[in-house]
Amino acid sequence: MNLLSASHLSDWHIMGALALAGLAGPLLLPALATQIAFLWLMVVFALTWDMLGGRMGYNSFGNIVFFGIGCYAAAVVQRDGGLPYFEGLASGLVVGAVAAVLAALVFGAAMLGIRGHYFAIGTLGLGIAAGEIAAGWDYVGAGSGMALPLYPGELGSREIFFCYSLFALAALCFLVFRWLYGTRFGLALNAIRDDHDKADAMGLRTTPIKIFAWSLSAFFLALSGGLTANMIGFIDPRDVAFAGATFGVWMVLMAILGGKGTLWGPVLGAFVFHIVQELFWTYLLGWQRVALGLLIVVIVVFFPQGIMGWWAARRLRATS
Amino acid sequence: MLDNLSLFVQYPPLAADVILNGLLIGSIFALAAYGMALVWGVLNIVNVVQGELVVLGGYVTFLAVQAGLPPLLGLPLSAAVMFCLGWLIYRAVIFRVVDKDIFISILATFGLSILFQQLANAVFGSDVRTVDAGLGSLHLLDGTVTLSHVKLLAFALALGAGGALWLFLRHARLGQAIRATAQNPRAARILGIDTNRVYAMTYALNGALCGAAGSLAVMAWTIHPYVGLPYTVRSFMVVVVAGVGNVAGVVGAGLGLGALENVAGFVFGVEFQIAFVFALMVVILVWRNAMAARKRGYLE
Repeated sequence: MNLLSASHLSDWHIMGALALAGLAGPLLLPALATQIAFLWLMVVFALTWDMLGGRMGYNSFGNIVFFGIGCYAAAVVQRDGGLPYFEGLASGLVVGAVAAVLAALVFGAAMLGIRGHYFAIGTLGLGIAAGEIAAGWDYVGAGSGMALPLYPGELGSREIFFCYSLFALAALCFLVFRWLYGTRFGLALNAIRDDHDKADAMGLRTTPIKIFAWSLSAFFLALSGGLTANMIGFIDPRDVAFAGATFGVWMVLMAILGGKGTLWGPVLGAFVFHIVQELFWTYLLGWQRVALGLLIVVIVVFFPQGIMGWWAARRLRATS
Repeated sequence: MLDNLSLFVQYPPLAADVILNGLLIGSIFALAAYGMALVWGVLNIVNVVQGELVVLGGYVTFLAVQAGLPPLLGLPLSAAVMFCLGWLIYRAVIFRVVDKDIFISILATFGLSILFQQLANAVFGSDVRTVDAGLGSLHLLDGTVTLSHVKLLAFALALGAGGALWLFLRHARLGQAIRATAQNPRAARILGIDTNRVYAMTYALNGALCGAAGSLAVMAWTIHPYVGLPYTVRSFMVVVVAGVGNVAGVVGAGLGLGALENVAGFVFGVEFQIAFVFALMVVILVWRNAMAARKRGYLE
């Protein structure tokens, strides 16, 4: 009981500290604004993956599809809309979010009935197929990708703007998910994960719940996609928008590293992973992707419960 | 796209060429799929690193030819090297995830897949590689249908390997131990089978099959570091369609997939061929699920 209330108290402390860091970070360290922006992107990735993978037990390798849809929708609207920059960006984000949610409804209705490893491999196929289709489709620039309009502000303000936008998105995503996990909906997700057939038998309308969860993930991913595409200024079909082998795997890895199915696990995993990955890029240039593959194997094989799981086990041992 | 389709219908020899070449390429898929079915059935692991084992097998043959060996010697060499690598992978990683949750093993083998893919990229570069086996080609129908002898060899080998595998699993001592372990590992252990060794041999055998497939792939087609995942997905698809314990089904599904893929590549354009492979897998899984749901007779 004591532990519970203590952890509840620290919840607000951590959120306050993170909010402070998120607001002050880009101002204090403007040179690192892009890195910090990517950190918030990673938080969104881990949180949205964890809703299905951690809470609902549906391990998706294809969530990157919705990120890519967000990227491309924003790019197309900004290219063809003829609007000034910020209006174009806003409408691009809205179109991307709507498109991604629609895609999630369609894919969800078709695929969320598939269980276990068939779902995992099936979604992997979905992500790669989307990237390959984008890479062959001339309307969206085919293999050479798409360039986004230039940010109108002065030099250096672009990074700050997108850093704050992604921070706001990550914070919104966290707060919405935190609230949802406390409701009946959160319990229903866990029921589906723990025993799908029993959840059905108890009268839960599992299919709409699953589809709603995926759509919500898709919504946040599409917004992050539109913002990230504008921040980078260029989207490549396979390496940015539908980057299954990087972003797509990182989502899974971050949630597992932090501890899937926990509130803070994905956030913690995103922080740790992002720092480790930056170190790899700095010190292992040329071999960073090899090291990353090795890291995945090591984490999954030796550390499947994640940091939060390890912490909980340690606490349990200490109290018993 | 429609032009290609009408060309295809109006000119049957061309259709025959595309379909036959696809069928023969499909025998390479079948070889890799035998291995995936074995590992899936015995270790209960979906081996995502399958395609990278194929690609590495191809690089072994490529290096052997560069070193001056005759290409056909590369085939047994690839199989032998990949047998050893498979055994090593089992000893290093796979045995730790055999009895874990199936998602853990998918993710672990996915990590291995990225590791080998990037390793191949760093060591061999991202160039597309191929080896000229120097065997010539067979020409049919006044030269409109061209089948390279390597592809015919791949076809014969896939059939031969399928038969040998069937005989091995049925009659050899180790084959029987493999089947016993697949049926019930605990009972197999009680009866004195060293299941850990059986697992290791199964995975190593999978490596050898992939090595042979890769060797044929580099001679009959091309390889590059990023072509691994498509092979994984093809094997997965073939096994899903054929069923885990069905050697004849794997041959049929592999050949069928090869033909279908080649036709799709011709009709939609080669740039969409990989997209077709992955989308086809999604469709197969959705269809399979719909059939299963109908069978269960759920009232929703």
